[in-house]
Amino acid sequence: MKIAVLLKQVPDLAEELEVDDSGKALDTEYIKFKLDEYDEHALEEAVCLKEAGQASEITAIALDGDEVDKALFTSMAKGADKAIKIMGAEVEGSRAGASIFAEAVGTEYDLIMTGVQSVDDREGMMGPMLSSILKIPCLSVVTRVEGGDNGIVVHKEYFGGLMASFDVQVPAVLGIQAARQTPRYAPVSKVRQIQESASIEEKSLNGASETVKSEVTSMAPPTKTGGAKMLGSVDELVELLKEKGVA
Amino acid sequence: MGNVLVITEHMKGEFQDISFEMLGQARKLANGGKCSALVFGSMKGRSSELGAADRVLCLGGSDDFNPEAYSSAALQVIQSESPDLVLVGSTSMGLDLAPVLGVSLDLPVISYCSSVETSGDSFEFKSQLYGGKMEVNSTAPKAVAMVLAGSYSAEAGKSGGSATAEDVTADFGSGKVKFKELIEPEAADVDITQSDILVAVGRGIGSKDDIEVVQELAENLKADLACSRPIVDAGWLPKSCQVGKSGLKVNPKVYIALGISGAPEHLEGMKSSSTIIAINTDKTAPIFDFAHYGMTEDLFDICEELEDSLS
Repeated sequence: MKIAVLLKQVPDLAEELEVDDSGKALDTEYIKFKLDEYDEHALEEAVCLKEAGQASEITAIALDGDEVDKALFTSMAKGADKAIKIMGAEVEGSRAGASIFAEAVGTEYDLIMTGVQSVDDREGMMGPMLSSILKIPCLSVVTRVEGGDNGIVVHKEYFGGLMASFDVQVPAVLGIQAARQTPRYAPVSKVRQIQESASIEEKSLNGASETVKSEVTSMAPPTKTGGAKMLGSVDELVELLKEKGVA
Repeated sequence: MGNVLVITEHMKGEFQDISFEMLGQARKLANGGKCSALVFGSMKGRSSELGAADRVLCLGGSDDFNPEAYSSAALQVIQSESPDLVLVGSTSMGLDLAPVLGVSLDLPVISYCSSVETSGDSFEFKSQLYGGKMEVNSTAPKAVAMVLAGSYSAEAGKSGGSATAEDVTADFGSGKVKFKELIEPEAADVDITQSDILVAVGRGIGSKDDIEVVQELAENLKADLACSRPIVDAGWLPKSCQVGKSGLKVNPKVYIALGISGAPEHLEGMKSSSTIIAINTDKTAPIFDFAHYGMTEDLFDICEELEDSLS
């Protein structure tokens, strides 16, 4: 089974986010980007499948962008066999992303794994959109994948710990919520080593042009609705806890 | 102003609250147009509960959610009804439906909506992006919108219409996805949905060893321990401790959030707590908008000082 893992860089939410001059988008000049956390879980689950002998090859694929090379080399250090960087595409939003990834993956892979959602996908989630373009099934909020003889068995999470299992024919797209184990860490030395020995394949794609059908009118941090009364000291906190009958 | 269709969700024979929440708002948005609800499987028998709907379109099929079957059937109904707006829950099931419907219908999908209103001939959406740190307003004349649970009152979805049930038929897909079984969560030592006091820990904790510090604080306060999703994903606490969309909904008397930023997914599970106290070093964390009390301090300093004060 050949797996493609689709990766995306997203703004690090630990940073202070600001709106740009247009008032409609994030000011990306000074913010730090990092690999989407769900994507990290998608890669981890793919590597676990390979380690269990249920996948033969993993290809990490990402669109060109800030620190993408590092993300791709890190993926290889963690267990991806190949890395592809998609060049030349002006991609904004999950819908456009789905179109270009559809072109990139084609019919080459049995399983396409990606993060279930990302913090910036205002226009829907890329995974299921991609499946719709490729006309193959998609399951989202996936927490476990097992290879079988005629396809895969997938666990999908609902709420309160309730899950369901499904038999899924491949090819299929999976939106991963969490891998079966904590995503592994790749030591810097190993990433460097990979950087020297392996290379990233560059693929130039144009992507289909998308007509914009929803228009962003403004972006702003949420209006403060009064919000929390800020406490100045632990003594105040202790007072409050006592008042509420806690301490 | 137009026709609005709500895709309902059910589990174990009950409609999920999100269905009623969306329906109440759909009724308001339709404003003269038709407000329809789409139901699956045996839920036809409970269509009268969807009181805000003018019409309840009953699809039949299996009661067990199946991404392929449900999206395929819903697509055909929407194609024949051609509503102006389709509302889908921003839930595990909704994630499998909305993006697929949007692409197939060539309609924009608007995610993470905490508000959907009308504005002239268009609909106006407010999306909670970047973990709730930014709100994005957008408009579209026609769309598939994914509504965050807890955005509207469920009560409004239960009355105001006639809830007339109609059978609709559609093809349930090619069987590439087969439902096997529901997997119940493992029994937990503590049921945090019953707790009076919760000490909840989030990403701010940084390492597994530090969970003990918070555990001790919880014991001192006679509270139970809870957490946000990243802590469970990291394997530091069991799933039974997780509060939020994919975890449990809690409503303790006091909820102490340590190092939790307050992404919409987490807020969904705890915002009905009577008193919320948030401690986070990031003064811009969305949790401070929902908390009743807050402190911008390092959670370990607070744990240590509290321990001293309490002992």
